[in-house]
Amino acid sequence: MTAMTLAKSATRARARRRGHGDGRTALGFLAPVFLGFAVFYLYPAVRGAWYSLTDWNLLSEPRFVGLDNYATLVGDPLFWNSLKVTAYYVVLTVGMQILGGLLLAALLHRLTRSLVLRSLLLVPWLVPSVTTALLWMWLLDANLGFFNHLLTAAGLDNQGFLTSPDLALPSVATINAWSGTGYTALLLYAGMLLVPPQIYEAAAIDGTGEVRTFLSVTLPLIRPILAFALVVSLISSFQLFDTVAVTTKGGPVNATRVIYFYIYEQAFTHFKMGYASALALSLVLVLGALTFVQMRLLRASTSDLT
Amino acid sequence: MMKKAFMAATAVLLTASCGGGGAGDGSVTLTYSLWDDAQQGAYQQCADAFQKANPGIRIKIDQHAWDEYWQNLTTRMVSGDAPDVITMQASYYPQFVKNGQLLDIQPMVQAEKVDLSQYWPGLAELWVKDGKRYGLPKDWDTIAIVYNVDLVKKAGVDLSDLTWNPRDGGSFEKALARLTVDTEGRRGDEPGFDKDNVAVRGIVPELNDGSQGQNGWGDLAVSNGFTFIDKNPFGTRYFYDDPRLAETVTWFKSLSDKGYATPYDKNSSLGPDAVLNSGKAALGITGSWMIKTYLDSTEQKFAFAPLPKGPQGRKSAFNGLADVIYSGTEHKDAAWKWVKFLGSAECQNIVADSAVVFPAITSATERALAAHEAAGRDVRLFVDQAKDPEGTFLLPVSDHGDEINQIVGTAMEEVWLGQKDATSALTAANRQVNALFAGE
Repeated sequence: MTAMTLAKSATRARARRRGHGDGRTALGFLAPVFLGFAVFYLYPAVRGAWYSLTDWNLLSEPRFVGLDNYATLVGDPLFWNSLKVTAYYVVLTVGMQILGGLLLAALLHRLTRSLVLRSLLLVPWLVPSVTTALLWMWLLDANLGFFNHLLTAAGLDNQGFLTSPDLALPSVATINAWSGTGYTALLLYAGMLLVPPQIYEAAAIDGTGEVRTFLSVTLPLIRPILAFALVVSLISSFQLFDTVAVTTKGGPVNATRVIYFYIYEQAFTHFKMGYASALALSLVLVLGALTFVQMRLLRASTSDLT
Repeated sequence: MMKKAFMAATAVLLTASCGGGGAGDGSVTLTYSLWDDAQQGAYQQCADAFQKANPGIRIKIDQHAWDEYWQNLTTRMVSGDAPDVITMQASYYPQFVKNGQLLDIQPMVQAEKVDLSQYWPGLAELWVKDGKRYGLPKDWDTIAIVYNVDLVKKAGVDLSDLTWNPRDGGSFEKALARLTVDTEGRRGDEPGFDKDNVAVRGIVPELNDGSQGQNGWGDLAVSNGFTFIDKNPFGTRYFYDDPRLAETVTWFKSLSDKGYATPYDKNSSLGPDAVLNSGKAALGITGSWMIKTYLDSTEQKFAFAPLPKGPQGRKSAFNGLADVIYSGTEHKDAAWKWVKFLGSAECQNIVADSAVVFPAITSATERALAAHEAAGRDVRLFVDQAKDPEGTFLLPVSDHGDEINQIVGTAMEEVWLGQKDATSALTAANRQVNALFAGE
């Protein structure tokens, strides 16, 4: 008993000593990254936290106002509206991207492994998002757009895809799902390649169909990749800004005023940098909590393969 | 040795960071910012003339499109690197004044006896707050109807002297009905007209027009007796709850219910000029800064007509830009010289000859008109409207301009979409707007 304890603590002591020595070297190698992190992330974040406690308007000296900005935020209907709009958008676009991505990846995995097809998938994702937004704004225009031309040619009513309060947000979500699905599909496809082919053979011997194989073999075994794709697309869709800035500018009547666009407006249209910092910091909390919950729920750090 | 090299390097760095002016021969370079690329050529000519007369000063023109102009300007002020002389718009300048970013030029104007009466009446005074003057006027604009010549000829309507009132829309609404054509070729004033299947709309109204409605509802509301603000510039109480505004707005909304205009939620987001160019609408309301855009169109033939006469007569928004000096400039004297030159007949005549906008100096306006006519553009009605002593009103200038823009703009959208009626939406908006001033 005592011997074991002693042995254990000796190992630990040795480990600590060696760890110390390695730590210095490691620190040396990590220094450039830490420096970048400190200059480009930590310092701005700390300053942002400080500004969120001031009434800084970019042009005059910031004045400390305590938690006033946070009090305003809690009572600001547009802030809550922007969170709601963002959540709705995230559900729509992440849903479309993951489902579309899974479908495409499964097709790629089970039907064809053509390199050309795989590369083509990525093309929409490679187009700069402002270009994508402009392109779709023209295509979806209520009067002059190609899609409405098709609708009216088919004898249907034209639709204000980006100008009607009901359709604007789903349209923006579809535009971004269009550009993001290929990338998600590629991630998931890479995950599917990691699943050992023997398992599929075993499933085939057992006589399971494609759908059953997909649900019982593929899906559980790519869970860590799926979790990764989910977290990445979730965070990136929370950061929706460019498509809205180009196509709808937050309208009609706040229907697409997502949180990032709202923060931007507060900071650079109304010059309320203090309030915008408070909004941004609240968003950090929301995102952190969401990621934590997701990782937990999906047990992303463990795989069923091992 | 080492130390010397270091000193030399520091010296070089220091000289470089002083930048901007010090080319060694005592010459300075001024940065001048503007947003309209169509006007850049004319102002480059002004700069050339100015540089010839003032060999020690060089002008660097810095053009940024309207959409990014104000953010760009603000962030550059934050970093202390703003342009020395700035093209400014009246509704934007109060916030810069409030934060001490603009230079008071009243002492120079007084000392050098700049003749302020050479400008169109009202333009120079827009730039005065609490006895301090921040800019000299450079140009002005008025509003008119722009129409598709062929479509109007086919409909056989006369747009030269329309009337309007918020109850039945006057001869303006009759014209719009006549100009609207459904997919079966029936006009809006003919029996059997199908308002749900319209091929050509009578009007493409610019409804998404901020808190001022410069291109439509603002002008007609004022012709209906509406006043924006208790004092202009720098009033502190707005009257957006005025029933005369609500009536006007309700009338605009009724146009889409009758089929003469596209319903708001199915409006093109590409702007009225794109719709008019496509031939899917017969007329619109626009400002004199768009003259070249419309008359040089290769897709349709356009012409201008005066705004309709409302119950209080024909009223057009009258707005102007000015050149202001950044208070952080290192070259105050040179900047003032340039501003004074920009505000002088010499430069404004050059601008007039390029025939893009109407210069602020009254005599230069005639010159611009002549240049337009020489190019075959009939735009005299914009000038006539400005000359009519009862024909114009100045757009409201006050603090909180950007917030008011968003509050009123959103309230208007609620009306256009039919989510709220005009009276309740505008009353609520007005309360929010006036609360901004109470909170100080």
